[in-house]
Amino acid sequence: MSKLLLVAFSASEAPLGVGFAKALGFPFDILCFGEAPSADLGAELIKVVAITELPPADAIARIIAGQANGYTTLASASSMHAKDAMARVAGVLDAAMVTDVVEVVSPTEFKRPIVAGSVLATVEVLASPLVATFRPSAFRSTNRSGNSPVETLTVDLTSKVERISHSKRGGARPDLSQARVVVSGGRPLKDASTFETIIGGLADALGGAAGATRAAVDSGIAANELQVGQTGKIVAPNLYIAAGISGSTQHMAGIKDSKIIVAINKDADAPIFEFADYGIVADLFDAVPELTRLVKS
Amino acid sequence: MKILVPIKRVVDPYTKVRPLGDGSGLDTEGAKFEINPFDEIAVEEAVRLREKHGSVEIVAVSIGTSASEEQLRKALAMGADKAILIESDLAFDTLDIANELSVIAKEIRPDLIIMGKQATDDDSNQVGQMLAAKLDWPQATYASKIEVTGGSVDVTRETDDGDETLRLATPCVLTTDLRLNEPRYIGLPGIIKARSKPLEKRTPSQSPNPKTRYTLFQAPPAREAGRKLSGVSELVAVLKERGAL
Ligand SMILES: Cc1cc2nc3c(=O)[nH]c(=O)nc-3n(C[C@H](O)[C@H](O)[C@H](O)COP(=O)(O)OP(=O)(O)OC[C@H]3O[C@@H](n4cnc5c(N)ncnc54)[C@H](O)[C@@H]3O)c2cc1C
Ligand SMILES: Nc1ncnc2c1ncn2[C@@H]1O[C@H](COP(=O)(O)O)[C@@H](O)[C@H]1O
Repeated sequence: MSKLLLVAFSASEAPLGVGFAKALGFPFDILCFGEAPSADLGAELIKVVAITELPPADAIARIIAGQANGYTTLASASSMHAKDAMARVAGVLDAAMVTDVVEVVSPTEFKRPIVAGSVLATVEVLASPLVATFRPSAFRSTNRSGNSPVETLTVDLTSKVERISHSKRGGARPDLSQARVVVSGGRPLKDASTFETIIGGLADALGGAAGATRAAVDSGIAANELQVGQTGKIVAPNLYIAAGISGSTQHMAGIKDSKIIVAINKDADAPIFEFADYGIVADLFDAVPELTRLVKS
Repeated sequence: MKILVPIKRVVDPYTKVRPLGDGSGLDTEGAKFEINPFDEIAVEEAVRLREKHGSVEIVAVSIGTSASEEQLRKALAMGADKAILIESDLAFDTLDIANELSVIAKEIRPDLIIMGKQATDDDSNQVGQMLAAKLDWPQATYASKIEVTGGSVDVTRETDDGDETLRLATPCVLTTDLRLNEPRYIGLPGIIKARSKPLEKRTPSQSPNPKTRYTLFQAPPAREAGRKLSGVSELVAVLKERGAL
């Protein structure tokens, strides 16, 4: 019988897979790293690898591959650690892999964006098992019920890789990929403190996350992990505000699934206005602080 | 030290690509083709390691049609010593590519494999990790800094919420992030000069046995242009009306 193993790299990631499991239509177990997730997700079994920090990809992949027996599909929400580990799992299992699924056509046919989101491709999977990552924003699901049994696994965490340092930034703002509001800034933001005041200020007023273009990240205006786009984070908030962003294909690839896109750009012909629901032609150094003031009042 | 750099020929990332009318493929007529930008960064990094450490041999390898020779020539012009084209018109999936690369790696026995984190055409982000698994070598993906000291490599890499530095013993597989470096500019004369460097053509070690196959290419649902507003106060009103504020 077909069965899905939903891999969650933290307890908070586990609920993100419920919608995908429903779309696939298979009964599923959850393999969760960290603490046990809530038991009402509808899984038949929750397997927990109790750790406080994820080991390097070779160890994670070995653990996941070691649990693969009996599953038709192994899937996890797309993220950098998911892509790092799951593609290695596919290599270990010599299994087919599909990255960034946005639609389940059938249990062996999936849609995914390619060429920076310019094209939506259908991929047919010709062998089992399948290893997949999916974009959680495409598989939202809220209704939960059930009470899954939890089993704690004893695993070998040894890795050929030594982690010598780890810097966790982030701070108080919500996680970019999950945030309901994202305020992003581009190249004109000048420097890190201007970015923080202007973009961070509006993000905080809205209780949202801050994001950036590659141009902003490359010029040291914003931190690496804030990059949104084809090669950065994929976001799908309710409200995306782009200030001083031209609207390159690569940036748009990361924001297309946002519900409302607002663009603030001083060039009336900027390509971003072709995608934005609402546009304001203005200098962001006037418009964004004004918006922050109005939101706060 | 020996470095293997797998490179893929991809459609120029700055060209707008659309599906063909019948959905059977991509319309790339008249489009330029380039080295996948991440692979160009990998070649650049290998060349910089040679400039820093001396005596580094760099081998570039690509699997594709004869057209990929153009990208291998560019890698040679950037400083690779030797190129191998595994020539085939057949469709390889990511696992087939990883298999083929693992055969080459076992033959060449590099200390490092440096390659792109993703190809900008298929955006798969798979081959490096699959290759590392097949060779049972350690991996560090999304590298933004690479430092080689003796028998080990320190790699700073991007994570979902910051950076980490990993220490790997060689041989290992590294995949590049955009910010690792800025590739040098190579003009046409440089590419012509590289014509005297060795480029070996081979057939694949086995015929591909793809486990995934693309069956349809469609335009994504279009986002319509909305409207321009007079200013910030109108925006606030509209967003309130839509329940977004
Ligand atoms: C392989 C590859 C992958 C890439 N991946 C990504 C990615 O993941 N994410 C990403 O973002 N980019 C990515 N890029 C880069 C992308 O192509 C663009 O270069 C980048 O998105 C441009 O950033 P920007 O909009 O900040 O800068 P610009 O294109 O320079 O635009 C700045 C905009 O700000 C406007 N402006 C200037 N001053 C003001 C002002 N005072 N007030 C209001 N508006 C102002 C200008 O009119 C302009 O439209 C990638 C590129 C490649 C080749
Ligand atoms: N046909 C190919 N020939 C050589 N290397 C490839 C090929 N396809 C992919 N690669 C390598 O694998 C990396 C990741 O590609 P992908 O997993 O397809 O996104 C690329 O950046 C290349 O370094």
